[in-house]
Amino acid sequence: MSQPTVVTVGADMFADSVAGQAVDVERVDWRPPMPGTEADLARVAIDPRRPDANRRAVEAMLGVTAHLVDVAPASEVLGLEKGQFLHAGPPIEWARTSGPLRGALMGGAALEGLVDDPEDAAALFESGSSVSLEPCHHRSAVGPMAGVVTPSMWMWVLEDRATGRRTYCSLNEGLGKVLRYGAYSPEVLTRLRWMGDVLGPLLQAAVRGTEEATDVTGILTQMLQMGDEAHNRNRAGTLMLLRDLSPAMVSSGSDAGFDSKDVADVLRFVGGNDHFFLNLAMPACKLALDAGRDVPGSTMVVAMARNGTDFGIQVSSTGDEWFTGPAQVAEGLFLGDYGPDDANADIGDSAITETAGIGGFAMATAPAIVRLVGGTVPDALATTRRMHEITLAENPRWSVPVLEFMGTPTGIDVTKVCRTAILPQINTGMAGKVAGVGQVGAGLVTPPAEIFPKALAALAAQVPA
Amino acid sequence: MTTPTKDHVELRSGAYADSVTLLQVSRAVQTTPGVVAAQVAMATGLNLEVLEGMGFDIHGSSPNDMVVALRLDADADVSAALAAVDAALTPTRPTGGDTTIAPPRTTGSALRRSAPDAIALVSVPGASATVEAMDALEAGRDVMVFSDNVPVAEEVALKRYAASRGGLVMGPDCGTAVVDGVGLGFANTVRPGRIGIVAASGTGCQQLLALLHHAGETAEGVGVRHALGVGGRDLSSAVGGLATREALRRLDADPDVDLVVVVSKPPAPEVAEALTKETGALGTPVELGLLGRGQRDLTAVAEAVLERLGHTPPEWPVHGADNTGPATGPLLRGLFVGGTLCDESMLMASAALGPVRSNIPLSDDLALGDDLLVDDHTMVDFGDDALTQGRAHPMIDPTLRNEQLARAAADPATGVILLDLVLGHGAEPDPATLLAPAIAAARKDRQVPVVVSLVGTDLDPQGLDAQRAALVAAGAEVHLSNASATRRAIQLIEGAAR
Repeated sequence: MSQPTVVTVGADMFADSVAGQAVDVERVDWRPPMPGTEADLARVAIDPRRPDANRRAVEAMLGVTAHLVDVAPASEVLGLEKGQFLHAGPPIEWARTSGPLRGALMGGAALEGLVDDPEDAAALFESGSSVSLEPCHHRSAVGPMAGVVTPSMWMWVLEDRATGRRTYCSLNEGLGKVLRYGAYSPEVLTRLRWMGDVLGPLLQAAVRGTEEATDVTGILTQMLQMGDEAHNRNRAGTLMLLRDLSPAMVSSGSDAGFDSKDVADVLRFVGGNDHFFLNLAMPACKLALDAGRDVPGSTMVVAMARNGTDFGIQVSSTGDEWFTGPAQVAEGLFLGDYGPDDANADIGDSAITETAGIGGFAMATAPAIVRLVGGTVPDALATTRRMHEITLAENPRWSVPVLEFMGTPTGIDVTKVCRTAILPQINTGMAGKVAGVGQVGAGLVTPPAEIFPKALAALAAQVPA
Repeated sequence: MTTPTKDHVELRSGAYADSVTLLQVSRAVQTTPGVVAAQVAMATGLNLEVLEGMGFDIHGSSPNDMVVALRLDADADVSAALAAVDAALTPTRPTGGDTTIAPPRTTGSALRRSAPDAIALVSVPGASATVEAMDALEAGRDVMVFSDNVPVAEEVALKRYAASRGGLVMGPDCGTAVVDGVGLGFANTVRPGRIGIVAASGTGCQQLLALLHHAGETAEGVGVRHALGVGGRDLSSAVGGLATREALRRLDADPDVDLVVVVSKPPAPEVAEALTKETGALGTPVELGLLGRGQRDLTAVAEAVLERLGHTPPEWPVHGADNTGPATGPLLRGLFVGGTLCDESMLMASAALGPVRSNIPLSDDLALGDDLLVDDHTMVDFGDDALTQGRAHPMIDPTLRNEQLARAAADPATGVILLDLVLGHGAEPDPATLLAPAIAAARKDRQVPVVVSLVGTDLDPQGLDAQRAALVAAGAEVHLSNASATRRAIQLIEGAAR
């Protein structure tokens, strides 16, 4: 034992008295935990399984590399049948769905030919006959915003080659009036049909014709050093994807029966949509997080997802149970003359990026994003640093140059959220409240605080006596 | 009725700002007086759609143009609105942007930021102490838990986890530690030396530190290297000496420690027995100072340590003996801030005078009710968990004890009042100025003998001499040894009985 440095938590006078002895002191800015959580926190803290369980969950998650292995219709890769609809967030029944989810489901029903006019679909969903709703997460998939997936939609297929596990996500439609924001006008459906007829098959030909499967995790590593945080900003990632897929798109496209105009259309569509890569970032994050699931005693959050009504989280040790609370409305900037009253509550599976330590958690690497709420660059740096207070590890692959290449804050710990009352920071788009409107803005949001004490209580109940 | 408006649209070719900035600019301009709606955007397809949706008419733009579209009250001044656009477009460079790094919010976070050998000192409310302490143990660090009111099951879990990884939990309810000369919690500043202390008692440890320091003035080479607290319950049956064992292992392995002293409140007999056996097997000699009926007091333990190191124990200092007259009644009233000092005095007084009632009784039948004052000898520990819930430790806030001192003095049955006062880091900067007036007031009507054990060293921040002088001036008789003070009080009561 040699003269120590002392970390003090609690009474300041003890810190003062240690400092008075010319010893280095680091003071914890301790505050009481979320109300009513003390007993559960103590119980979970002394769970003998916890430290090792969290280590294993984090290691499993960080060990995953996501490769892009295929593009195919949901009917093929998810076994989705006519009348089956996937959606973002925790489970929900039609009666409780919000405007944008309704709009997307109605558009999806028209796309599948269940109705001719999307407006007629409401009655169909109300009756519940021959239609069913299920979260994307229950099928190893994720969907941005409304996240509606129907059998004919083409999906990215990502694989962890070490285990053969796969995750899936639909193709990104662009911004503005799009299905995932709840728009279902004819132009929306026309675009979706083109995506099914041309974009999907051509991407499939390109992916299958690319010798070396694209390393999506690797692109994420690079784009985080190029100003993207991979949730609200995906520019560099999208361009790198184009770089990887273009040669095979050109060389294999004609074999698949597409002419140069189709190829040009696809290149233009992808290149013109800064968010195109988001739909690869999300399933890559899910693939990693799924590896951290079902570790008994682990308090790591493995999914955060919103359906426009509820915000839900899943935790490693508590299996498929959702802990839910009311989704919040984001704070941010609005398109045109839309305002806060036009915005729907938070929606989408895209918070999987924050769950994996990017998006809002990597704000420091994409300072432009913080201005969505009128913040400053120091705010962005502070946000990433703050997220380290509620996470278990740093991601050694995903580093932030401006923070001396500190790894992104990874593995949200339910106990740390309850202890600090610091909520995960999520970057998000905002959908219009009314079905059919589409995007109205973008901004920052947090989960409802109460879901973390709920999850904590379930974790405490599991602790062996 | 709608107010008439006018539109102003201009294209600025070659101007560029990113979409986020432009959303902000638009929002800023919208707040300008006279502006009904404003959209400043790059003329991309999507943005043109939005502008069209707002009812603006845009012609001949290219995607590299910036569109400034304003809708104003009919009588509003366009130039004011355009000035607002320009102002909002001018990049602001916050000069004093807050770049300081926010302090850590958990012990784990703080340990990540500090030196790899850092230790943690936890003094949050008991309900949250275990959580913070676990952070330290998980990080492979030692932790001192000053907090009290921690459930014993949590203490056991913490100490078992620590034992599995060679970590040391000092506490909970550990008042005192000295780690390589650094005092943590309530600790006295002492001369460094080659003695190691393991203490299941904060004030017991401080008494030992004070006595050994005093002896070291004349006995060469006597000093303390480490004093590792383990918490008052460590030698209970429930905890079974988990931390004492780890502390002993460390001190035994330290080549700079020649002798180890273990001090404890009365331990569970089977734990004491096991400990006695185990310490015999260590390479370093161990002096056991476990309080209990028929066992040595702390001063006798200090004397044994000195003798073992080849020194003759000194006379322990007493000041203000002239202040003390005969006892004014049959009963002894002990009012303590130190739990172990209270224990020690109770053990001595009950052997000499008979049953002593207390809030920390030697046996359940001697428990004291809420009233704290009964028609028996009484000794109260004001540092006990039950009396500190929702208030500061009496070493910091003496109010409760001073009130009880006045009550005891007013009771005609009170023959002698026995007090302790503990100096050192963490204690009041000048505790004697708070206690001395209470002593003087207590002796105002009736010259009740007040005997004080003043535990401290001449190196303590408060200054031992000055503190002692204030107490003597107020009419107290001041001892360095609590055993000596207690013996004096017993003698006075016995004198009254004769």
